[in-house]
Amino acid sequence: VFTTASATLALPFPFATATNTGEKLLQMVAALLIFGAVLGVILFLANLSGNTGSGRTTAWLYLLPTLLLLAVGLVYPGLRTIYQSFFDAAGNTFIGFDNYHTIFTSKDQQTVLVNTVIWVLITPFVATGLGLLYAILVDKARWESAAKALIFLPMSISFVAASIIWKFVYEYRPDQGRVKQIGLLNQIIVWLGGKPVQFLIEDTFKLNTILLIVVMIWIQAGFAMTVLSAAIKAIPDDIVEAARLDGVNAWGMFRNITLPSIRPAVVVVLTTIAIGTLKVFDIVRTMTGGNFKTSVVANEFYSQTFRADNQGLGSALAVLLFVLVIPIVIYNVRQVRRSEAR
Amino acid sequence: MTTAVPLTSTPQLTAPPVSSSAVAKKKLSSPWASLAALVMAVLWTVPTFGLLISSFRPERAIKTSGWWTFFTDPTVTMDNYKAVFDSETGVAFGSFFVNSVVICIPSVLLPLCLASLAAYAFAWIDFRGKNILFLSIFALQIVPLQVTLVPLLEIYVKGGIAGTFWTLWLSHSTFALPLAIYLLHNFMKEIPAGLIEAARVDGAGHVAIFFRVMLPLLTPALAAFGIFQFLWVWNDLLVALTFAGGGDTVAPVTLALANLSGTRGTAWHLLSAGAFVTILVPVTVFLLLQRYFVRGLLAGSVKG
Repeated sequence: VFTTASATLALPFPFATATNTGEKLLQMVAALLIFGAVLGVILFLANLSGNTGSGRTTAWLYLLPTLLLLAVGLVYPGLRTIYQSFFDAAGNTFIGFDNYHTIFTSKDQQTVLVNTVIWVLITPFVATGLGLLYAILVDKARWESAAKALIFLPMSISFVAASIIWKFVYEYRPDQGRVKQIGLLNQIIVWLGGKPVQFLIEDTFKLNTILLIVVMIWIQAGFAMTVLSAAIKAIPDDIVEAARLDGVNAWGMFRNITLPSIRPAVVVVLTTIAIGTLKVFDIVRTMTGGNFKTSVVANEFYSQTFRADNQGLGSALAVLLFVLVIPIVIYNVRQVRRSEAR
Repeated sequence: MTTAVPLTSTPQLTAPPVSSSAVAKKKLSSPWASLAALVMAVLWTVPTFGLLISSFRPERAIKTSGWWTFFTDPTVTMDNYKAVFDSETGVAFGSFFVNSVVICIPSVLLPLCLASLAAYAFAWIDFRGKNILFLSIFALQIVPLQVTLVPLLEIYVKGGIAGTFWTLWLSHSTFALPLAIYLLHNFMKEIPAGLIEAARVDGAGHVAIFFRVMLPLLTPALAAFGIFQFLWVWNDLLVALTFAGGGDTVAPVTLALANLSGTRGTAWHLLSAGAFVTILVPVTVFLLLQRYFVRGLLAGSVKG
């Protein structure tokens, strides 16, 4: 079903498969021109109707392409996936809640769920904590912006590249003869007199899963730091000054002034990272491929759908992901509302 | 989800710079604070630094000794970077790189244009069903991409555009719209109504107002979201994996890197150089446009 139909060859150039660099660039320009023409027609029609009446026609014209894309590309597929989650692997036979039953009872799937819970419990808190700590430590320092950029850079690279960077840190060479370690972590262990560990395979105490989580923390701490640093700088100076004159100590300052003032920002950062963590896929796929008991829901969705060809179970996992996101979002919205109401 | 962090810039204060955290830090005794910050900065940098050094070391050296031995035995070569672009090694990142560029440009421009129009309609035109529609689009932000992939792929196959750039352009644009509309709408709402009234009195219609009043004021917001979207598309793996397949016809360089890691997981001379080839573009964009990027970040988002 998923292979490219040969029918594409029959399509006119802008829609056919481009094969070399020239053709690719030309196709891109053609696409942009087509898009420009569509916009032109919309604006032209809006201009015709725009000067009369309330502008209702203009509004709908402006919204037309957006609504079309969202309906076809998000709403319909979402509903379709929910529907598919009640069908078997091939998508033909209705099987009720069997797929969901599988997710919660099969041993492999339970590992996936446990891993996902570990990811979501650890990542947001550690990343936010470290980000906040760093934001406070470098606040008002002379080299503040450079220091921040160092922590923030991982945010701008792909999860795939980040995974490769860390896979190299975790690299293992067998402990024999004159073989030297090339991964930093194992080398440090050897220097300390220990034996090298196959980090990404070792699942005792969920070691490999935790080492994957480290990568996510490494990426997300920069996000937390940036947002929280901005929030800290927005705390009114007179409050700080008053507390200082009262002789409030460092911990008191943090506990009673800084933290309450940036609470809304902390909630947003925590929930944002939690949602991002729920959907984490690239890191797991690149580092272990979901093997050695490291799979998570988002990765399992991909494996079941495209590797195991189990569309029903894949759809159910995608729906589960959706369902898990909702309470986090609701919590976020309520907290933000409450802080705005004050 | 979206944030409560105020986008509005905090006024630059001329008063002596004291912040609660600065006080906290001072009381924490500065040397220890500096040391802690330094330790964290080093921990955050060393992994990247190690791979960067390795990307310039000869293949044999990478495989037989740690990158830290580079300082006692420095040998520098560009061979790894050449190999990554060489078609004979079977890596040939060149065409994947072109694909990434071809994917990114329309995937950034399309949602920006469409979202600006939609945001304008929501912010400044009254029509029936506006609030419920806006709320629905806002809510769509939380839909995980995973939920949409398989049915979308079926649509593309039926439409005969499976395996072309169109699948990526359309998917990335669609997925970006809810957040883009929300952010741009908030930004447009803050523009004083007087400006729009004045233009209307002068006889300008919605099209003229959009171009002459809104667009110039909107530039920072557009830049912020544009960078955000660019980094997202460039760094994306899931969407590319689903729609582009592994071949070099449409697959972006991030996917090529992921595949390289899957098939030749121990070829560190290729992986190190390859990783830095893919990193180069987003990091450059980030360093050049950091201000806008941070602004986009502070406007908050959850995507994907």
